[in-house]
Amino acid sequence: MNRYMGRWRARTVTVLLTVLLLTPAAHADTVIVAVAANFTKVAEQLAPLFKAETGHDVTYSFGATGQLYTQISQGAPFEVFLAADDERPTRAVTDGFAVDGTVFTYAIGALALYSTTLDLSDGAAVLQGGDFEKLAIADPATAPYGLAAVETIAKLGLTDAIAPKLVTGENITQTLQFIESANAELGFVAASQVVGKSNVWLVPAADYQPIRQDAVLLKTGADSEAAKAYVAFLKSQAALAVIKAAGYGVE
Amino acid sequence: MSLGDIWTPVSLTLSLATVNTLILLLIGTPIAWWLARSKNRYRELVGAIVSMPLVLPPTVLGFYLLIALGPNGPGGWIASLWGGRTLAFSFTGLVIGSIFYSLPFMVQPLRNGFTAIGTDALEVASSLGASNWQRFWRVALPLARPGYITGAIMTFAHTVGEFGVVLMIGGNIPGQTKVIAIALYDYVERLQWAQAHIIALGMVVFAFVVIAITLTIDRRINVPMP
Repeated sequence: MNRYMGRWRARTVTVLLTVLLLTPAAHADTVIVAVAANFTKVAEQLAPLFKAETGHDVTYSFGATGQLYTQISQGAPFEVFLAADDERPTRAVTDGFAVDGTVFTYAIGALALYSTTLDLSDGAAVLQGGDFEKLAIADPATAPYGLAAVETIAKLGLTDAIAPKLVTGENITQTLQFIESANAELGFVAASQVVGKSNVWLVPAADYQPIRQDAVLLKTGADSEAAKAYVAFLKSQAALAVIKAAGYGVE
Repeated sequence: MSLGDIWTPVSLTLSLATVNTLILLLIGTPIAWWLARSKNRYRELVGAIVSMPLVLPPTVLGFYLLIALGPNGPGGWIASLWGGRTLAFSFTGLVIGSIFYSLPFMVQPLRNGFTAIGTDALEVASSLGASNWQRFWRVALPLARPGYITGAIMTFAHTVGEFGVVLMIGGNIPGQTKVIAIALYDYVERLQWAQAHIIALGMVVFAFVVIAITLTIDRRINVPMP
């Protein structure tokens, strides 16, 4: 009796294990997407829609575009790359990390000046007044919003005046966090990060180079149904509506 | 590529480590002395609190420090004394963060050093009429010298290698808060491998020298004192 039970149990376990191992592979896949930090909120909103539409799951890795690109160049397992610029996705193709002909613009970013304490109804005047101790930006070398911030400051002729007051976040989310924690009185972030907040000054689009955010299918995801589905989903009307509502322009 | 760009974070890091080591020698001595000699029943509780940074992720410290140093925390109050708003993003802020972060690296070797003295030498000293002050300066301090050397080296080295805490409270300001580990991180992010290699190799050599010195001293500690 005991021996019979034992054998029966072992067989059940084997069957269960086989079922467990095979089920996920048979139906839904998971796509791993590297996402520029400014797109964090929207990407998270898109995940359940993507799941509902295609049945696939998505895992995100957030970071500064440059940081993500370095990781991709060193073999990170990302399958789709949503950059915050239009330079690195193209470079990924030339450097042989991405699939040729899959680069497209998924969003056009807008720069905003944001504060938790200062009245920014005329942001340019506040910047020129200089009555603040710290101004936060993202690292201009790796984060396009940081570069746009530097361009805006230069356009206002304040580069030298503001330089000693600059603090640099590793990426645009840390920049926002410096402002939210009130350690910096104000700072340049992505408009999408501060939708619905007060004390936001939308920087005139003419003051900085347009922030075209390109996406690309990486070679690691070239054969993945889920990865290709994610790229197609980003171009769908449903996704575009979410992206637009979040404060981005779309093409 | 200019070496000046690399030298700025290096010299900043060395001054941070020096200042931090000196301050911790002052703070660490009474704490370690008390931990080594007190019979208080809360002794191990205090010991545990002092040692917590060994186990805590630097991000936990960084998070609390960011709030504590900011305008709504005690750091903001201190900064307001000279008209500032926050201690984050400043050299002072990094020193405060490093004190917490490196505290166990100073206190532990000092405590071991003081414990190793035992009670005999100190009792002889007092029977010869030495005051408490003289017992500390003339007897305890020289005998605990290996502990001081190890503590100072470990604290200095640990501060040089600081990354997580600084990443969270530093704001990456060249010459003020951009320390060597952050500079390396930035170079890697920007694909500037040459500069990254220089810093990384320098750190490897530095770490080897530090460990080698510490091991040598440890062996000397284990040799019975004459």
